Amino acid sequence: MQPKESINDFVIKFANVNGTGSASANGMFAKAIFRMGIPVSPRNIFPSNIQGLPTWYEVRVSRDGYLGRRGGIDMMISVNPQSFAKDVSEVEPGGYMVYDTTKPLDLRHVRRDVNYLGIPLTEMCLREYTDSRQRQLFKNVIYVGALAALLNIDFAILKDLVREQFKGKEKLITPNIHALEMGHQYASTHFTCPLGIHLKAGEQTPKHIEEFDQILMDGNTATALGAVYAGATVAAWYPITPSTSVVDAFEKYCRRLRIDPGTGKKNFAIVQAEDELSAMGMVIGANWNGARAFTATSGPGISLMSEFLGLAYFAEVPAVLVDVQRAGPSTGMPTRTQQSDIFAAAYASHGDTKHVLLFPATPAECFSMTVEAFDLAERLQTPVILMSDLDLGMNEWMSPPLEFDDSYRYDRGKVLTGEDLDAMAERFGRYLDVDGDGIPYRTYPGAHPTKGAYFTRGSSRDEYAAYTEDGDVYVRNMDRLLQKFETAKSLVPEAKVKMADAPTQDALLFFGTTASPAYEALETLEKEGIHLNTLRLRSFPFTQEVEDFIEAHDRIFVIEQNRDGQMRRLLLNETNVEANAKLVSVVEYDGLPVTARKIAAVIRGHLGVNNVTPLVPQEKDIA
Amino acid sequence: MTYAKPAFRHPDSKTNEVGCTRRDYEGGLSTLCAGCGHDSISAAIIDACFELSIEPHRVAKLSGIGCSSKTPAYFLSGSHSFNSVHGRMPSVATGANVANRDLIYIGVSGDGDTASIGMGQFTHVMRRNLNMTYIVENNGCYGLTKGQDSATMDTDSVSKKGDINPYMPIDLVRLGIEVGATFVGRSFSGDKAQLVPLIKAAISHRGFALLDVISPCVTFNNHQGSTKSYANFREHNEAMPVDFVPRREAITTSYDAGMVQEVCLHDGSVLRLQKVNNEYNIEDAQSALDAIAHHSKQDRILTGLLYINRDSEELHDVLQTASKPLNTLSQRDLCPGSRFLDSINAGLR
Repeated sequence: MQPKESINDFVIKFANVNGTGSASANGMFAKAIFRMGIPVSPRNIFPSNIQGLPTWYEVRVSRDGYLGRRGGIDMMISVNPQSFAKDVSEVEPGGYMVYDTTKPLDLRHVRRDVNYLGIPLTEMCLREYTDSRQRQLFKNVIYVGALAALLNIDFAILKDLVREQFKGKEKLITPNIHALEMGHQYASTHFTCPLGIHLKAGEQTPKHIEEFDQILMDGNTATALGAVYAGATVAAWYPITPSTSVVDAFEKYCRRLRIDPGTGKKNFAIVQAEDELSAMGMVIGANWNGARAFTATSGPGISLMSEFLGLAYFAEVPAVLVDVQRAGPSTGMPTRTQQSDIFAAAYASHGDTKHVLLFPATPAECFSMTVEAFDLAERLQTPVILMSDLDLGMNEWMSPPLEFDDSYRYDRGKVLTGEDLDAMAERFGRYLDVDGDGIPYRTYPGAHPTKGAYFTRGSSRDEYAAYTEDGDVYVRNMDRLLQKFETAKSLVPEAKVKMADAPTQDALLFFGTTASPAYEALETLEKEGIHLNTLRLRSFPFTQEVEDFIEAHDRIFVIEQNRDGQMRRLLLNETNVEANAKLVSVVEYDGLPVTARKIAAVIRGHLGVNNVTPLVPQEKDIA
Repeated sequence: MTYAKPAFRHPDSKTNEVGCTRRDYEGGLSTLCAGCGHDSISAAIIDACFELSIEPHRVAKLSGIGCSSKTPAYFLSGSHSFNSVHGRMPSVATGANVANRDLIYIGVSGDGDTASIGMGQFTHVMRRNLNMTYIVENNGCYGLTKGQDSATMDTDSVSKKGDINPYMPIDLVRLGIEVGATFVGRSFSGDKAQLVPLIKAAISHRGFALLDVISPCVTFNNHQGSTKSYANFREHNEAMPVDFVPRREAITTSYDAGMVQEVCLHDGSVLRLQKVNNEYNIEDAQSALDAIAHHSKQDRILTGLLYINRDSEELHDVLQTASKPLNTLSQRDLCPGSRFLDSINAGLR
């Protein structure tokens, strides 16, 4: 089989054993490509396990700057015999398989249409190192060194990365560079380098990237920075994958930025709660008292927080939640991604409730939308949930540098101070709709000695916060809450609409991490003469333009990563357009981020253009 | 911020140091059953706050769900209040306290709200030694749902329907001492002389103060055979009288020196405990647990201040939060601005 050839456009997957130190070596590999100015998107595909189970790292190199998964593997780095059969089957014909020759290949699974590159990784380590830990760790570094030769990675960049990684542990630098060199040396002498697939710096400006001024960061870190910039002072949480690193990063930045230099005391508080119920209660208590507080969680946490979400909705207490979604239901696949908490989040709690949701698609949006979430929560006096996911939260994404406008001021919403209360002639009514937008005024506890105190409760109350079981008063309150949700439509981030070059009645609708592969699929289809308009949802409640967009098209493919087409159903529920027939569900829910190839193939199928020759064998597309 | 109270008041009513009358500490009319022990506890809270000269607006009242949790509406109407969800008051109180350490937090809960649905949060708020007063209005039953046994109901206690409770009771004071509450007392709703000073001391205590107050349910749990009835409790109560002397007052009460133990609180106030016997040291957790168990075996319920740790670290000490409340920090204090973002970006290239 003719070996694959491609410059700056291929997918490499590392098949490792969890807990063997592969993550840092693989990360260094991806970062080196990024430093060469070549667009790259790495993804961890990891098990719910500390040590021993198979784990993968998929690195997409895309000269066009596509950051979603493409589908298909061009080169497999196979260092885990456990998963060999599966790994080899994923390689595209003409692709490459790098493996450890110390152990015999499982001949039952060897394919003739794949090019094998054997390196005696274990043997080299046994010869070079005596310490068992070193023998394990340096195996990873050696294959990165070999890949540098095979793929033409700038070796100086790799050396820089080692120096940065081990800053403060200088004695580790030399042995790591030595291991890189060993791998490089082996590959250079045993194979023709570089291979057909390889890297070339300064080749061309990627289509989507004007100038290569990019950063590489994960969504959870960006979210945490958003919380810091929004002035969050309280974080209450319960550890849960894949959200844990949000609070970890928040703490890291707070330790840098929020410690009083004079006293050493903290201008922040992080409380690890006993469960998600408690975490949510703390967030509500702190917000009630006028501090900006948030929690980060995942689907099971949203289930547990639902009772409190209903309280915050009904008692009108601001709260910010970050839901880094994973594959459910129940424990599901805790280390795999999905967009399957849409319903659980939108309608969390018993009774008539609706919550404001934000859907970031990039780390830059994780940052800006988190800042926005705190304003929205306080402006609307209601919970706001940032709907991230594992793919966005835990993987590193190439992104334009984060930006912050120093002239921006927090919107703390309608809060009456002691002075305001003194100046008021009329009686303060906590749930009185003074402005006609459904949003009442609130006071912080302790604001005034004789005015402004009120009783916060989850039971029915009148405009002055007094308990009531009067049905009319209850209905008036519930209707006001609905009106407030209408007001939210004018405040939440707008959807992004992109019209095709040619007129069309067909469209794609998507949100969050589905956006990258969807935009890529769109371009692929355009080249085939299929034109589609697109809308990327960024928030719930849906704004008027979403309704207009649905109205204006005959057929809209709603692409999402869950089984039941939850966003499609939410659109049917929450818009005033007759859309049941025109909204077509396109779903992927195997726990891996949806690929551009899959989306393109499904759309082709729906449009009856399957006769268009696909760029790759079809059977691989449809998982 | 401090405001002067309005000048108008009944000329005869006594005012305290902040110019408030007892009426300023009252709340709305109670909707509980006539004779409910909970109303006596509300009255004791009113007395305690009045006598301590607390400004009502510096108090935040919190509760869960149940008869007991309705009571914050019946005292301190000048305070903000949060009637949260069933069993979850501790977490709301924790968040509120973390956000503003300068307010006084009084939580009111019941035995169902605390010992059943709220057991997790109750235990953990004590572990964290949150600076608050947590009063359990303990009647051994669920009133609003018509008298089912709660988890504090004693074994073999007879319900109104005649059923005998087969399960072990949870003793809240023993649990509190075990898991880290730093002020633990038990009292009786009908014993104002003991309850008011205990509440005053609990409020003055820095750290988590638990008061388990036996408060008979007149409708569902006040009959013969019930161990949480007025009659049964009066018969089995082993009361240790308590006298609370705020820091600003001179100690005037005179006791026989050998019979009095004085406990100086964090704020300089003094708790004087008239010893019924010299059997244990209330500053020693094991000794307190032994005494409670000893009386329990004798079919007696020991009341009074049972345990205190005056030098504990409350949650803010552990978290090392600044003395300025977090909810008073402004954007200027909190937002790092675009220049810091430049350095973040640089580190990610």
